[in-house]
Amino acid sequence: MYRYDEFDAKFVAERVEQFRGQVARRLSGELNEDQFKLLRLMNGLYLQLHAYMLRIAVPYGTLSAKQLRMLAHIARKYDRGYGHFTTRQNIQFNWPKLVDVPDILSDLASVEMHCIQTSGNCIRNVTADHFAGAAADEIEDPRPIAEIIRQWSSLHPEFVYLPRKFKIAVSGSAHDRAALKFHDMAVEIVRNDAGEVGYRVLVGGGMGRTPYLGYVVGDYVAKTDILAFLESVMRVYNQSGRRDNLYKSRIKILAAALGPEEMRRQVMREFMEIKQKGTLALPAEELARIDAYFAPPKFESLPDEMPKGDADFENWKKTNVHAHRAPGYAIATISLKPIGGVPGDCSAEQMDALAELMDKFGMDEIRVSHEQNLVLPHVKKRDLPAIFARLSELGLATPNAGLITDIIACPGLDYCDLANARSIPIAQDIAKRFADLDKQHEIGELKIKISGCINACGHHHAGHIGILGVDKKGVEFYQLQLGGSGAEDASIGDIMGPGFGEHEIGPAVERVVKAYLMLRQDGERFLDTYRRVGMEPFKNMAYLDQLYAAH
Amino acid sequence: MPLIKLSGESRTATLACDSFVRVADDAALPEDGGAIVSLTRFRKDRDALLARNAPIGVRLMADESPEQLGDDVHRLSVVVIEFPKFRDGRGFSWARMLRTRLNFKGEVRVAGDFLYDQISYLVRTGFDAFETNFTLEVFTRALSEMSTVYQPSADGRKTIRDLRSGK
Repeated sequence: MYRYDEFDAKFVAERVEQFRGQVARRLSGELNEDQFKLLRLMNGLYLQLHAYMLRIAVPYGTLSAKQLRMLAHIARKYDRGYGHFTTRQNIQFNWPKLVDVPDILSDLASVEMHCIQTSGNCIRNVTADHFAGAAADEIEDPRPIAEIIRQWSSLHPEFVYLPRKFKIAVSGSAHDRAALKFHDMAVEIVRNDAGEVGYRVLVGGGMGRTPYLGYVVGDYVAKTDILAFLESVMRVYNQSGRRDNLYKSRIKILAAALGPEEMRRQVMREFMEIKQKGTLALPAEELARIDAYFAPPKFESLPDEMPKGDADFENWKKTNVHAHRAPGYAIATISLKPIGGVPGDCSAEQMDALAELMDKFGMDEIRVSHEQNLVLPHVKKRDLPAIFARLSELGLATPNAGLITDIIACPGLDYCDLANARSIPIAQDIAKRFADLDKQHEIGELKIKISGCINACGHHHAGHIGILGVDKKGVEFYQLQLGGSGAEDASIGDIMGPGFGEHEIGPAVERVVKAYLMLRQDGERFLDTYRRVGMEPFKNMAYLDQLYAAH
Repeated sequence: MPLIKLSGESRTATLACDSFVRVADDAALPEDGGAIVSLTRFRKDRDALLARNAPIGVRLMADESPEQLGDDVHRLSVVVIEFPKFRDGRGFSWARMLRTRLNFKGEVRVAGDFLYDQISYLVRTGFDAFETNFTLEVFTRALSEMSTVYQPSADGRKTIRDLRSGK
């Protein structure tokens, strides 16, 4: 894992004091709410429906046991005993008091954490493949470049007041677990024809009101040039991104208006200038220095045998244990989606217990996935039964990773100021309808993603089944979208038609799944079937009730 | 509006006297002394303005790139960049562009709506004059809040990477 040196530590400590000053100026009335709003957002502090919400950065989703313990401490001392892991690999606390926030930041700084740029119109906390450094199909670990991007983007003087927020994701595997094409900018580690490793850069993806898939702007950017290239994209965006309309100010709108050719031309012009000056060149020594922090743990030479256990263990293994690059090791997903629970929530007790588990089994890190689960990246296969047993005691062994009850949901109207509809109760209702594990296995991989408003924090555009909450004259309605994907076969889901009431959406999803089970051919996933047969048969099934009612 | 400038090798903040007058688009030019005009006025009266035997400045709005000045930029003493609203960050890029692309050596002045918390970013991106009501003490304090930086910018300041490698 990355460790702060004296410079990083001082930087974060000074940032905490700076924010302490900003809070004091707000409390004294020197700053008005309009001015303070932008400043607090840049440090992850939102004013929600009921209280402030603090979003803490978990850079590229990696946490140590010590950091997890600190999050548990914060949950207990300043909040209501739990935290909420988000679709951007961060953690949110829903009930902190404004006066406590500077102290929370100091506590975080003591374990090398911060809230810098977890909100606001700036470059947000960078995300990465949650299987980084462990996945069997990886070209290179994406975390070193993610860390380099974190440092470069922290309080970047030119790009803190962008037209709108800017999200960057990094991945190093053929299988895209970071939803690259849905990001403002994405860095994909690739190998060129000469066998050298560099980066492909995509720009202009996004969700929200007008979803777009990003397109390639840099086919192959050499390692030494990557910061110069990213800075070039930022310059084009800061100068030309729209500022007249909140909904048209993301880079996706600019990227769509310019088109790939013109975007490339503008980026290349900036790039040639920066490259020539050389100020942002990334020397090989610096890359090597950062790489060293992320060196994989020393893998023991172990027999590559998967232990067997009772039916519960076998079920968990089937979905929550994944291939690791080292023989005798595995990756384990800890589901934060208990049936009927709140997706992504984790209690202080669970966090502490997980930290203890990490210590006991010699694991120095845990990951947050954008699917709102946790991941143990380097588990010895022989330890799996003991780990499973402990997770079961903690209520963290739900065997549903990737299945229909592993639902992504934004906080929705239960917490969020922007939401039009509740998301969490819908997720809970759907999970209960499909609680039967045999049924879940019969259905197979099916990603449901729920957003409580058009901002799409629940990634509904990328759901195999996406659900969007809307407000129709004060009543919550839910639109269905089918066929989205956030993986390497990325696509934006198609809208089915009129929305369903809060009590109808669950049954409608059941009917859609039923249609799939009737329509599917040998081994097809829901997504494959949808792509083969299209919307019509699903639509006919989904609106069946209304049809009967009409006749 | 009081003016603060960074001056000398050490770029120390000092209170300065504004020797320029702002000339509205429809007003007559002063007989002598520095004058600041809009880009529109500059384009309209370019030859007359440059023929005046006095320093000239151009005031750019947030949507006006300094590149629109072309080579004339080097005949200007001041470029004023207007922040219409503190959340509009284009001015940071325009100042940086003036310094690093156009190699403009004159004064880059900020006017309009900017916050205490943006002063250090303004300095980093190349501004060296500030139309502001902040006192010198407050202005200087804003620059002391973050003592280290990660990115190279127009101020040529050493970055954390420079410091790490002992540069």
